[in-house]
Amino acid sequence: MTFPLIIFVLAVAFSAAWAEPSGWLKALSPVARAFVAFFEWFGDWAVFCGRLARAAFVPPYEAGEFIRQLDELGSKSVPLVALAGAATGVVVSLQTHDSLVRFGAKSLLPAVVVFSIIKESGPIVTALVVSGRAAAGIGAELGAMKVTEQIDAMEASAVNPYKFLAVTRVLACVVMLPLLTLVADFCGIIMGWIANTLVEPMSLRLFIDNGLKEVAFKDFLPSTFKTMVFGLIIGLVACFQGMRTRGGTEGVERAATTSVVLSSLFIILADVVLVRSILVFFP
Amino acid sequence: MESGKAEPLILVQSLRKSFGDQTVLDGIDLEVARGETLTVLGRSGAGKSVLLKLLIGLQAPDSGSIHIHGQEITRLPLDQLNEIRKKIGFSFQYSALYDSLTVEQNVAFPLKRHTKMSAAEQKERVGELLASVGMEHAAEKLPAEISGGMQKRVGLARALALEPDILLFDEPTAGLDPITAAEIEQLILKMQKERRMTSIVVTHDVHSARTLSDRLVVLRDGNILIQGTFEDLRGSRDRFVSQFLNNAS
Repeated sequence: MTFPLIIFVLAVAFSAAWAEPSGWLKALSPVARAFVAFFEWFGDWAVFCGRLARAAFVPPYEAGEFIRQLDELGSKSVPLVALAGAATGVVVSLQTHDSLVRFGAKSLLPAVVVFSIIKESGPIVTALVVSGRAAAGIGAELGAMKVTEQIDAMEASAVNPYKFLAVTRVLACVVMLPLLTLVADFCGIIMGWIANTLVEPMSLRLFIDNGLKEVAFKDFLPSTFKTMVFGLIIGLVACFQGMRTRGGTEGVERAATTSVVLSSLFIILADVVLVRSILVFFP
Repeated sequence: MESGKAEPLILVQSLRKSFGDQTVLDGIDLEVARGETLTVLGRSGAGKSVLLKLLIGLQAPDSGSIHIHGQEITRLPLDQLNEIRKKIGFSFQYSALYDSLTVEQNVAFPLKRHTKMSAAEQKERVGELLASVGMEHAAEKLPAEISGGMQKRVGLARALALEPDILLFDEPTAGLDPITAAEIEQLILKMQKERRMTSIVVTHDVHSARTLSDRLVVLRDGNILIQGTFEDLRGSRDRFVSQFLNNAS
């Protein structure tokens, strides 16, 4: 049941993301068109990923641009991620406190807050926030470069735009996501403690000690490093949507929107697979 | 012109290109001799810009061949195509300057990637190029901070950075006021004279075509309607050609 549902949701998303159907596609029904768009999108995406992989391993490497993107996509996302992490910490703490009091397990609160933040809330909130900020930014920037012929100018200068524009952004997303997740985890735990302390005073040391007592590396590392996959998804989807932009400002707007929609959707779907895999491989 | 005797620097044979149902170029044959300036005229949507993009490999033709420096480029692998691209400068219709980079960084962009110049040598070369187009005062500015005419100049400086022997101009004077357009024309003429480059100019500005060209071709319905000097075109009895030249001038 889940698989057909996923296919349907993706088909609808691609159908919405699809620009203007042309030629024989116009003759198809909307459902058939969505179906074709679904496979066309994946085919084009696979070709794009192949070109990217080839460009990534062939020198010269664009170190300067990579560092610029680390700052652009990573450092500049820190305040937003910290805020989202902090808000998540408060919500988790308040919700959990209420439930645990009801079941007489109040002492477990620090552990539940820490576990839920480092294992799931921190990584997924970070990924969705970065998807909203960075994917939209990448999609719009590359889309604007495409429609103003800047990408053509790069190719005409014998510079590979896949290497200069896409590889640097994808790698920056992959590297920065785990680091940003640490920021979200930290802020979430601290704000979780503050929210709890306002209701029922507890020292930070006691909260951390209780919270981290049961936490092992197998709880922390896979959950944090799975965000590299989220970063890969954000980078690949946004760069692809940006570099295939057509049709002026409307096309740029569409590239930005579809970058966010598709990368968020893929992150949630990938999370399902990753959580299951982590449970299997790190029981 | 010696176009009939020497081997052409650019040779286009039976070039076809379609987008969906629309045929843009329908078997074009074209020769451009070394040092010649050819202007391609035609209505909007006639396939002029597509022709330029095919010549530099930004688009692939449906069929036909393009020889540049005697090498067939339509089926070349990317690394070999890039070697050809280094010998061609492309001045885009809207300049296509990288808007996150300064004017200086824009001009240095190809130098950084394709030459072994030191940073100081690059800076000196960029300075020379910007001076040659009268833009040395704007080196630190971003493209958004300069006018359209200035952007065209910087785009030209960038196109000249690798000292190409072929220059492709896509609508070099489009969207410019008559004085700025005349300045750009003079700049192109100066470059052609100093560097003896082979140029293809795509435009629907008849005045520019007359000023810049050794030879002109008129595209219509995906084919070459007529080619020759400006005077040959003036003498044509074809209704479209005379209408095009009279309405545009």
